[in-house]
Amino acid sequence: MRLLKDALARRAMGLLSALPGFLVLLIVVGLFLKSKAILGVEPLSRLLFSSAWHPLKGQFGLLPFITGTMWVTVTALVLAVPVSILAAIYLSEYAPRWIREGAKPVVDLLAGLPSVVYGVWGVILVVPFVGNVLAPLAGVYSSGYSILAGGIVLAIMTFPTIIHVSLEVFASVPRSLRDASLSLGATKWETTRHVVLRKGAQGILAASVLGFSRAFGETMAVLMVVGNVPAVPRSVFDPGYPLPALIANNYGEMMSIPRYDAALMTAALVLMLIVLFFNVLARRILVRVEKRVQ
Amino acid sequence: MNGIPNGHIGTRKRADLFFRVLATASAAVVLLSLLLILGTILWKSVPALSLSMLTQTPKGGFYLGKEGGILNAILGSLYLAVGATALAFLLSLPLALYLNLYKGRASKTAVWTRFFLDVLWGVPSIVYGAFGFVVMLALGLRASLLAGMLTVALLEFPIMCRAIDEVMRLVPRELKEASDSLGATRFETALKVMVRQAAPGILTGVLLAFGRGIGDAASVLFTAGFTDRVPTALADPAATLPLAIFFQLGTPFPEVQQRAYASAAVLTLIILLISLAGRAMSRKVTRHVVK
Repeated sequence: MRLLKDALARRAMGLLSALPGFLVLLIVVGLFLKSKAILGVEPLSRLLFSSAWHPLKGQFGLLPFITGTMWVTVTALVLAVPVSILAAIYLSEYAPRWIREGAKPVVDLLAGLPSVVYGVWGVILVVPFVGNVLAPLAGVYSSGYSILAGGIVLAIMTFPTIIHVSLEVFASVPRSLRDASLSLGATKWETTRHVVLRKGAQGILAASVLGFSRAFGETMAVLMVVGNVPAVPRSVFDPGYPLPALIANNYGEMMSIPRYDAALMTAALVLMLIVLFFNVLARRILVRVEKRVQ
Repeated sequence: MNGIPNGHIGTRKRADLFFRVLATASAAVVLLSLLLILGTILWKSVPALSLSMLTQTPKGGFYLGKEGGILNAILGSLYLAVGATALAFLLSLPLALYLNLYKGRASKTAVWTRFFLDVLWGVPSIVYGAFGFVVMLALGLRASLLAGMLTVALLEFPIMCRAIDEVMRLVPRELKEASDSLGATRFETALKVMVRQAAPGILTGVLLAFGRGIGDAASVLFTAGFTDRVPTALADPAATLPLAIFFQLGTPFPEVQQRAYASAAVLTLIILLISLAGRAMSRKVTRHVVK
């Protein structure tokens, strides 16, 4: 009887272990089936590389949205990667134990704050800051609702991801290597740069790629501060219109215009595939790093 | 040769100091951004925060600045997140147990399952929302509490499962072996040893996923709908706090925008409370843990 129970449980749980892979597949296939209505009619190149977005005329060029996403994400990473990695270096190499312990809840909380809260904060503080301070400094006009505002908010949102992974990577560098470097007379920074950063280079890359894919799909916070103008942006002070924002903003009317829903599902599919690609890439690097450590 | 420090000791020391200051400053930037966000939200919410806001549903003209509160959204979000978390838990616990007890750490199944869980973790919530919407249409469901729950459960599943998996990893092998040697089946070991030993971590994982679920807007946008009433059945549409914030902020009326700030403060407080509760409770349930 007990053995029977055990066998049953094993079967059921075994079935569950196929679920994650199956889900990934299901999401891709589900979105693909929905986007077929437009993929069958429009050539893929026109969908991806045309900037004509006129749903009423049946033109669905996703280029402004893809470039919008790229702009915001790259801006965010340019801001977030150096700060996060330096912060991780501080926490792992310089900070006394109590600060290191105390930093954990801070990073966790930053990761746990809902994206609308980031969005509200962005509207209250970042948007006016960009519009009234940064744009005049740069000598341009901006309403504040811009790529830069989105990038700043997004950068803070990606801090936890990059810091967390970097800390794990640094922790995997053996203590003895650091000691060897220090005993040869290298300063703390030289040790960090030539031992810790070199050993952890791949891991840091993976951390940044993970940050990238996290930022790439972020919806609400960016949507609230980025302006949402469907044109290819030319500077960080221009408004942009990222892919996730496009999907989120138009769910209401998409059922009333022909092929609109298919176009939006194509946008979701593109988003999914890009994020999938970068995630798989980052995970593969991390698996390799882990193996080398053992 | 590249990589070998050179230069006068004074220069090297200055570089050392420079980067120490830079690294410290970066860490300070991270801490300050958190404080700035919390401070701004709480401070801005003070003028609009009132008891009636927490205890009433929206009255006529609420979105024009008239009477009412966001009780519909608070309750809607709680129902939705509780349901979704329960569903996600039903999937996560058995899977995490399976990965740690039945399968060796390095077995192919375990490695691939973890890999796909990590990939799912990275899937943006808007994609879950779109996917949930596709499934909803395919099944002929309307936007409802149930559809929202299912979608959010999918979103929470990888987060919770990986969190539980990570703590179960830490359960010492000797404990499992001791249980085996007493003649327990794997299943009995799972329920009576693993779950108990990992209880604090499991709780933390569940709360983590709950927090993520209650705060997510993009996944419920298509699937849960929005209503001014408190949902009474699974098939009712349900308002959620993140969407209430979003919609209120989108109106052109300053009074309503003020309420959006206040609603954001409520959501932030809920999240803070959850993370504090997680810390406190995980200390409490360590009673049964064998050290």
